[in-house]
Amino acid sequence: MSTTTAEATNTSSSKQTMGRGRRVALIGITMLVLMSVTRVWSGYDDLTSSGTVGAALRLTVPILLAGLAGLWAERVGILNIGIEGMMILGTWFGAFGAWKWGPWVGLVLAVIGGMLGGLIHAVATIRFNIDQVISGVVMNLFAFFGVRYLSELLFVGQPQGGISQSPPQSSAIPRIDVPFLSGGPIGSWTTPDIFGWFEERHWFLLGDLAGVLKGLTSNLSLASLIAVLLVPISAWVLWRTAFGLRLRSSGEAPEAAESLGVNVIKVRYIGLLISGGFAGLGGGFLSIVSSSYYRQGQTAGRGFIGLATMIFGNWRPSGVLGGAAVFGYSEGLKLVAGGSITGLFLFIALVSALVLIITLSAPVMRRLVTTAVIGVLAFLAYLTVDEVPESLTQSLPYVVTLVVLATASQRLRPPARAGVPYRPGGAH
Amino acid sequence: MSADKSGGPLARILTPSRASALRTSGTTVASSLGAIAIALTICAILLAVTGKNPIDAYSTIIETGASGNKLLEMMRRATPLIFSATAVAIGFKMNIFNIGVEGQYLFAALIAAEAGSHLALPGVIHIPVILAVAMIAGAAWASIAALLKVFKNVHEVISTIMLNYIALSVIQWLFENFFRDDSGGGLNVKTTLLPESAHMPDLVDGRLNAMFIVALVTVAIFWVVVYRSRFGFRLRASGFNATAAATAGIDARRMTIIALLLSGAVAGLVAMQSVTGEAFAYGPNATPIQFGFAGITVALLGRNHPVGIVVAALLFGFLDSTSAELQLAAVPNSIVKVMQAIIVLTVVIVNEATIRRMNIRTAERARNELAAGGAA
Repeated sequence: MSTTTAEATNTSSSKQTMGRGRRVALIGITMLVLMSVTRVWSGYDDLTSSGTVGAALRLTVPILLAGLAGLWAERVGILNIGIEGMMILGTWFGAFGAWKWGPWVGLVLAVIGGMLGGLIHAVATIRFNIDQVISGVVMNLFAFFGVRYLSELLFVGQPQGGISQSPPQSSAIPRIDVPFLSGGPIGSWTTPDIFGWFEERHWFLLGDLAGVLKGLTSNLSLASLIAVLLVPISAWVLWRTAFGLRLRSSGEAPEAAESLGVNVIKVRYIGLLISGGFAGLGGGFLSIVSSSYYRQGQTAGRGFIGLATMIFGNWRPSGVLGGAAVFGYSEGLKLVAGGSITGLFLFIALVSALVLIITLSAPVMRRLVTTAVIGVLAFLAYLTVDEVPESLTQSLPYVVTLVVLATASQRLRPPARAGVPYRPGGAH
Repeated sequence: MSADKSGGPLARILTPSRASALRTSGTTVASSLGAIAIALTICAILLAVTGKNPIDAYSTIIETGASGNKLLEMMRRATPLIFSATAVAIGFKMNIFNIGVEGQYLFAALIAAEAGSHLALPGVIHIPVILAVAMIAGAAWASIAALLKVFKNVHEVISTIMLNYIALSVIQWLFENFFRDDSGGGLNVKTTLLPESAHMPDLVDGRLNAMFIVALVTVAIFWVVVYRSRFGFRLRASGFNATAAATAGIDARRMTIIALLLSGAVAGLVAMQSVTGEAFAYGPNATPIQFGFAGITVALLGRNHPVGIVVAALLFGFLDSTSAELQLAAVPNSIVKVMQAIIVLTVVIVNEATIRRMNIRTAERARNELAAGGAA
């Protein structure tokens, strides 16, 4: 599996893209088959139920947006440790807008709030050239206490509002069930629920596929749809347009870009504004879609999980989506059916077994041993562990990130100049 | 003074002549004060825009300060900030950004509180033992980031961020499953209370305990070790230019590990004021949080210098202590925290600009001297 990690090539001819697409599809199908085996073997039907997948999607979106925020910033050459803070601005401004003027205005205000954070980070790091990590850390503190101050001014004294909480919103972003597939209505006619029918049969593979698809197509918030669409849009803008080439060049080789007439400073400002906007939207999703009010601490470190998904998503939108989905899924499973989480040990054991078989064709001793050990441990864990302590599963994303960074850092390729300050004319 | 055989030209860069040192520190103080003035102006605008009278807010703060009855609270609040900022500054001296102080000190607080409650020792030894356990625990947690950096090349900013969250999980798990004292019938949300012998003596009854002295001593040791010892010289040299230091025989990997361990050890002391002197235990609601990040701001404001750190910690401690008075004057007290963030950002920006200007001036002076020499 690890050998199929997308190679970090910037010249993506159409042939390579097709190869990658096919590989992704193959991995996806394999994972589904293994998950299906896991479900039948362990008897945890919730592993692939539409309820789990639906919850997973809702939990994936904020992490995904935070990861894309990090990606947009680092692609133009600026580290963004302040994503968490920009998300906090998004939660507050989003909740405020949604409470006053409805959910859509709320989402727009969330984006603007996040962009405000991005602008501050941009001015500090680009105009004044201060350390990008320092600016990000201060951003997080500033946002946390800044919105507390604003809450004290605007939410205290309102019904159910207070210093750490906004008044609840009266309306929500519409949710849809797709007609025919998940039984959504057309006019007054309720269409058949095809995925639901298959899911209830619990047939091997078909039932699982239907469960996943129903989870993705029923009770789907339009905001989730927009967020997921931002993945291909980001990929297209960054890798298929001249504007995107300029953005990436300012993160890879700003001097070269400048010598070709790219306004690196302007491009970096734009990148950070977009980054802030994505983070703000992620925050707004938390306070408008995931719940119906702002609450202090609502982001709960998702900005940092987003940063983590950016890293092992190898600074690519599709990778970020994959990473965010893994965390969203494990969180969703915990929420819907906490007991089923031990089933994931069996899944890991099965994946290890498969990797072991693939590796046998071209044996690398070290990898054989590692995979075998992981597989056996995971299988033993499945047999013996009844309940995974909640407190430890919370740290899963962070542990996974450290493990990936420690073991696979050769395969990761960050933008060459992310984090390095740049002064125009520096090359002359 | 700190001449080092292996130093050579590096020594001249790191230990500038007294005259230029004076000039630099004069500029430093002046630009810091200027930056704080700018920050206060920005805050005043912020207050005015949000419909609060900035003059009310500032006069409340000044009156509170002038009355003098907040001095003890200022020192009490500054204590954890001094430890946290010193921990961050040790890292900075080696060019390492330890964002993980938060996780290190909370982990240390839990371990030290638990260990201390099981010991029966006379007070003279008991307290130092607890502090030592806290330092070891803090260093142990920091060692994960150190090993990841040295052996796996994982950047410490990312690893310490992740380790902060992992620490919270591990602490919660250890506390709920092993260390929580259930003798109070499940209502107690702390570890077993420390025995009398482990109680930190008060300097002023119930208002300031001896951890403040420990903090000042720690800063003094920091100054001696970093600025006046062979080791400190090597540390700064390695942080200043790892390649140049390596050619002089200074092992950057070793320095990285030592710096992060020392940083973690000092971080371990952050919550000891609370553990040994106020709550007498670790508890999720009893142990203060967020001091790791506050320490970063204090270290930045104090320019990683021992004196600067103490002054900055006292300033932030004082601002924090005025929140009750501000609330009485109908100014939301979270403005204090916003003000601190703005002060730090402004100071860092002004600092950066000053350094750039000074560099340009130095370069000009050198050019002029060269030109004059060429003419003669």
